[in-house]
This record gives sequence, C-alpha cells and structure tokens, in this order.
Amino acid sequence: MSAIAAAATQAATGQPPEMHAPDGFLSVPVAAGMWLVTIVVLAIAIRRVDRTLDPRAVPMMGVAGAFIFAAQMFNFQVAGGTSGHLLGGVLAAILLGPWAGTLVMACVIAVQALIFQDGGLVAMGANIFNMGIVGTLGGFYLYRVLTGVLGGEERARMPAAAIAAWASVVAGAVCMAVELAVSGTTPLQLALPAMVGVHVVIGIGEALITVAALSFIAATRSDLLRLRDARVNRAIPTT
Amino acid sequence: MSGQPAESRRRVGRRWWIVGLAVAVLIVIVLAPLASSDPDGLERVASDSGFLGDARAALFSIIPDYTIPGLDGNLSTIVAGLIGVALVAGLLFLLGRFLSRSRE
Repeated sequence: MSAIAAAATQAATGQPPEMHAPDGFLSVPVAAGMWLVTIVVLAIAIRRVDRTLDPRAVPMMGVAGAFIFAAQMFNFQVAGGTSGHLLGGVLAAILLGPWAGTLVMACVIAVQALIFQDGGLVAMGANIFNMGIVGTLGGFYLYRVLTGVLGGEERARMPAAAIAAWASVVAGAVCMAVELAVSGTTPLQLALPAMVGVHVVIGIGEALITVAALSFIAATRSDLLRLRDARVNRAIPTT
Repeated sequence: MSGQPAESRRRVGRRWWIVGLAVAVLIVIVLAPLASSDPDGLERVASDSGFLGDARAALFSIIPDYTIPGLDGNLSTIVAGLIGVALVAGLLFLLGRFLSRSRE
C-alpha cells in the first residue's frame, strides 16, 4: 500500500512519463535496419496467424491488447527514482501463441507511437522489435522449454511464465543497449550494464503482473488458457 | 503433458471477453492515474548517460503524453487511456476477424 501511496504522491507532480525510445536515440541506419527486421518478422507472423488463427481466439486478441495497453500506462516504482511498466509479450504469447502474441504487441506499440507520441516513428521498428518481438518469441520458446523441463504446462505454468517474463524484459533491454551502442549514442560498456541493471528489477514487476493475469484467468475461465492451441474442426484441448 | 486432466473453471460464461475489457478499463481508471512519474528504465539510463537531449520531438502529435488538452490531470489521463484501450481492442479484433475469416 505504501508503494501505491508513494506513487500517488508522485502522480500529483506530473503526468505519466511514458517513454519508449523517441526518435534521435538511434542512428538512421540502425533504426532503418530494425524496421527491416521488424517488417520481415511481422510478415511471417501475419502469414502464420492467417493459416492457424481460430475464430474462438479472436476476442482474446482484443482483450489481451486492451489489457497490455492499459497495464503499460501504469508505471510502477522501482529503486532509485526510476519506474518501469509491463511489456506483456510473454503474457500475450502464452495466451495466443508466439505469432499472434507478436501481432498484439506490434499493434499496442504502433498505437502508442501513432496516437500517443510514445516512442518515435523512425524508432518504431526498434521499439516493436525490442518490446514486442524478442521477448514475445524468445520468451515463449523459453516458456515452452521450462514447462517441458518442469513437468508440463499445467503444473509449471506460473513459475515458467514468471521466469520467461523476467527474461523477456532483460532481453529487450540488452537489444536496446546494443542498438544505442551501434548507433554511437553511448558506448556499450556504459549502456549495457545500465540498461540491464535497471531492467533486472523492472522484470520482477513483469513476472508478477504476468502471473497475476494468468492466475486470474485460471481462477475464472481456465479453459481460456488452452485457447492458444485451438484449431478449427478440433475441440479446444481439455488437458 | 500433465497427469490429471485439470478441471476447467468456468465462472464466467460466453461473455468472458466483457470481463477482460472491464479489467483493462479498471486499470486505466484506478491505476493509470497512480502511475509513477519517475523516469522509466530507458529514460533513466538516457539522462544518467547524457543522451536524453538527443530525443527529437514527434513529427506530429495527436494525444501526446497520454493527456487530452483541455482536460485536467487524472481525468485527462483516464480519457486518453480509454481511447487507447478502445482503439487497440478494436484494431486487434478486426485484424483477428480478418486473419481467421476463412475458418469462420
């Protein structure tokens, strides 16, 4: 409660500091290269989802995007006068699969940049890659490996989700640091420890929110946790 | 994968997505106004490392900083957030409908 009270005091002094990378942090070649990679991955995602998306999973795309957008507005306090917020890629991927999850993340980040000027337009390719692709695809496959190792998804869902969520934030921070360094904005030996150091802590928030959201679904409509594997002409898997 | 088939919990019926959207709306109304205004991870690193000043202004602005000009403080943040939630949910629902169209 005191954290919330502290946050409320902070809020009285100014507006939310939402800040994905603005234009100017990355050099034009780096930003253009990241746009290229992002466009290729999104094209693959659209093709995969176009072939497999079950109509029953469609409302979950909207709900997941709405939740992630809303939760990203809530910057929580971490140490040292710094805040962090949810990314949500691992959550989206666990609910919808890695490719549909990637599309959800890209849509959230695009709306933030285009409508809310949160994140630059030149930097948008990098922002989608760092916050919506690396952690979503990488985090999902880490989740799959972890649930396999820990005795199956039903048993290991929450710990695997927590670890993957945490790792997705750190992975995004590493990518951002490398892009900043390649851009010549700041040397890697400064950017990497600084970005990773902060996001190791922010990732704990990511893990908590991801597990809370999955727990809420497990307690209210646990069958929705299997929507990811829903395919037409097949019942939603029951185990 | 798992030994025991888990008992499905269905405390919410077919309209579960309304509950999901309501959670998003509640977050915007209750939590977004309480958001910490401290710099986030990247902004902290940018100011500590001295490249915060490299940030360039947006090419155009529609709802900058999640605030609606003319509305004050929390109300402004909440209205901006609700617009965003509606936009994202609507866009993704339409995209999903389009991508699953052949299987409707």
